[in-house]
Order: sequence, then C-alpha cells, then structure tokens
Amino acid sequence: MAINTDKNSYTVLFATAMVLIVGALLAFVSSNFKEQITENKRIEKQQNILYALGVNENDETSVEFVSKSIVGQEFKKYITKQYVITGTDAVEDPNAYLIDIKKEEAAAKNPSYKRRLPLFVGEKDGETFYIVPVRGKGLWDAVWGYVAIDNQLVVQGVFFDHAGETPGLGSNIKERFFMDDFKGEHFLDGDTFKGITAAKGNADPKNNDKTDCEVDAIAGATITGDGVSAMLKKDLQLYLPYLKTLKQ
Amino acid sequence: MGLLSKKDAKLITDPLADNNPITIQVLGICSALAITADLKASIVMSIAVMFVLGLGNVVISLMRNIIPSKIRIIVQLIVVATLVIIVDIILKAFAYELSKTLSVFVGLIITNCIIMGRFEAFALANGPWRSFLDGIGNSAGYAFILIIVGFFRELLGSGTLLGIKVLGDPIEKTGVYAYGYENNGFMLLAPMALITLGVIIWVQRSRNKALIEN
Repeated sequence: MAINTDKNSYTVLFATAMVLIVGALLAFVSSNFKEQITENKRIEKQQNILYALGVNENDETSVEFVSKSIVGQEFKKYITKQYVITGTDAVEDPNAYLIDIKKEEAAAKNPSYKRRLPLFVGEKDGETFYIVPVRGKGLWDAVWGYVAIDNQLVVQGVFFDHAGETPGLGSNIKERFFMDDFKGEHFLDGDTFKGITAAKGNADPKNNDKTDCEVDAIAGATITGDGVSAMLKKDLQLYLPYLKTLKQ
Repeated sequence: MGLLSKKDAKLITDPLADNNPITIQVLGICSALAITADLKASIVMSIAVMFVLGLGNVVISLMRNIIPSKIRIIVQLIVVATLVIIVDIILKAFAYELSKTLSVFVGLIITNCIIMGRFEAFALANGPWRSFLDGIGNSAGYAFILIIVGFFRELLGSGTLLGIKVLGDPIEKTGVYAYGYENNGFMLLAPMALITLGVIIWVQRSRNKALIEN
C-alpha cells in the first residue's frame, strides 16, 4: 500500500494522530507511576534530613543515605520534634517535613501571607541539632538542601542537592569534599549575620578558619557556588529570629 | 561466519574510527564539551545515549514509510523526547537513585545532534535491524571520544579518576604534588574540552591521511 505522504491533508492527519498518541501515552505513564514517585520523594526527603544530621552510611568518600527500608524508623528515632515557625513562634507539627518550600516561598510574595517555616529538631549522641531546609537558584535550575545547626548556631552538617547543575562542575555541590567543608563553619560573625559564602581565593583551601563564614569554592562552578551562598544567606536569615532565642 | 554479516559489522566498527560521529561527522560536540569534566559523567552520558539512539533508530525506522517528509524533524524530536521522558518516569518510580544521577542528562540527550543526525541520515532510509546496529555503532563511537576527553580532563584538571585521587592529595601535598605539580583548573572549563577534541582530531588525521579534505 503506497501512501502519498506529501499531501497536506495527510500531514495534518499524521501530526494530529501523533500528538494524541504521544500525549495519551505520556499522561498514562505519568499518572500510573505518580504514587510511587511521590512516595520516593518523601523517602528522599527523610534521607536528606537525616544526612544533614549526620545519620548516613558514608564510607570514606561516598555519599550514602540510610537505606530505604529503615529510613522511616530512623527518622522517627532521630528527629524528635518538628516545628512550623512563623516569626519567633514555633508550633509543633509531626508532618512539617512535608511542607513544600517552593510553594511557601511563592506564596510569601504576597505581603499579607505569613510564611510557614519548617524546622526539624534532631537528637544525636545526646546533643540537639536544629535542621533548616534551604532552597535557591543555581546556574541552570533549583538548588536546595538542609543545614544542621547546634545550639551555639554553628553548622554541624549539611546536605545539598540540585535539579540540573552541570555534571562534573556545579553538580559537585552534592559531593563530600564540598559538603564536609561546612562542618563547624560559623554563619554569624559575633552577633552580625553573614551567611556562609563559597569563596574563591581566600587562601584557605583546607578551610582551617571556621569563623570566617567562608568555605572553599569549586573551580569551574562559580555561579552554582554563588547560588549556594545566596541560598544560605536568604533562608538562614528567615530562621534567625527563632534561632537566636535558642542560643543562651 | 560471525553473528553479523560483513556489511552489518561495518555499521558498528566504522563509527568507532574512520566515520566517528564526533571527530569526522562533527556531531554531538555540545554534549562532548559540556559533560566531560569528569569521567563518570562521560560514562553515564554514553550509556544513556546508546540506549536512546539504539531504540530511537528502531522506532524511526519502523515509521519511516509513513512519516510525512515535511514534518519529519518534528516527528523525530517527538519520538526521542517521548522515549527519554518515559524512561525517566519509570526510573523515578523504580530506581529513584539512578534517576537522580541521570536527570541532568535528560535535556542533553533530547537535544543531542547525533541522535537527530542518525535518525535523519540513516534510520529514515534503512530497516530496523540495520538501524539498530547503526545506532549502537554511532553511540559507541561517541562514547569512545567522550571517555577519552573525560579521562584527560579529570586527570589533569582535578587529579582524580572516577573521583579517586590517583595523583595524590593536592592540599596535603602528597604523591606528585610533593614535587610541585599543580592541577590545571583550565582543563575543567569548556575551552580545554574543545582543544582536547582538536588534539584527538589531529592525531586521528595524521594517522590516516585519507581523512584530510583538500
């Protein structure tokens, strides 16, 4: 059977059919797997929060989360309280970790909206940590993460992730050498808030100076690094009024 | 007599050397520059392209007689985008961690000119089996170059291979760093990828003079 594929009517027909088939196929696949994907994302969130707290299965250089099968119980065990903060008030909410930071940030553009800020309290080895979620922009797409802070407001662990940073360059923000650098870093200089900057040329590649509010930046990933710095500055500041009440 | 006839085998072996998609056809340069700063990214990208190109070539080849020639480029684009998105969704549901590693490559695969180039130049005119072989062959040729470039860029730029410090520790000054060696940060940037690629093309053409155009 020979079809005249050059006819306009055939072209239009073909295009319509193709769009319908592909559209239906994609909609079917997407809705079919939606539940599993949402569940996977929830598990990932728990894993990420625990990672920032230092609960993970890392060996020397790798980034390993606690396994999927035990993450639920581990999360219950280590994360003792979850708060939703507005200003300096904190209300307990066992599902605070499900708050969508992106939506909250968008809604907060409306000045009458009181932004809900989730905060997780973790207990590990007899110490209390406060885990703050952060979210910002990298070079290509979103970057986000979790920052664990002790009651002296010193960073004790971080986890970063990204949606589409350049592999091998910006994507290195989720590598150990970058994330481990934040451990022990201060984001307050005395009482002034400075955030933490991924800095170039501060002559401190080993990051011996933990009070300078600077970590060593990644070569070839200037904009991603700046994005991480901006994200930390922007989001830690939101929690500052509450965090300051913790510091005795 | 092997598994493949001589003509079919050439579809696999040709793109590895004398008809390499990157160095001879000059396709897929963009991704070769973008993601070769470390070896792992090069390998992941190579495998992903192999999968998409092999499968996509077969699909296009099966449809080759019914695709209207006026809108064939759009049809090709839809086929490859659909394939990649479906694979991405399935990975997200069943192999979430793997999908995290691959997610940044999705956009790069869809817009990879090797894929469009092979659909257009080969799959539209050949049967499914030969198209499949052509897809595998071309993506292998692509992988070969990507891995060479990734190897040198990671080794000279970061002093590591697959994240393992093979040259010693640049901060503690062990290994070769004890003798004053320094990593070349320029290797991590796109211009050096282009220069590395240029060196490969130079080496290849000086070994096989027939490839030089007049």
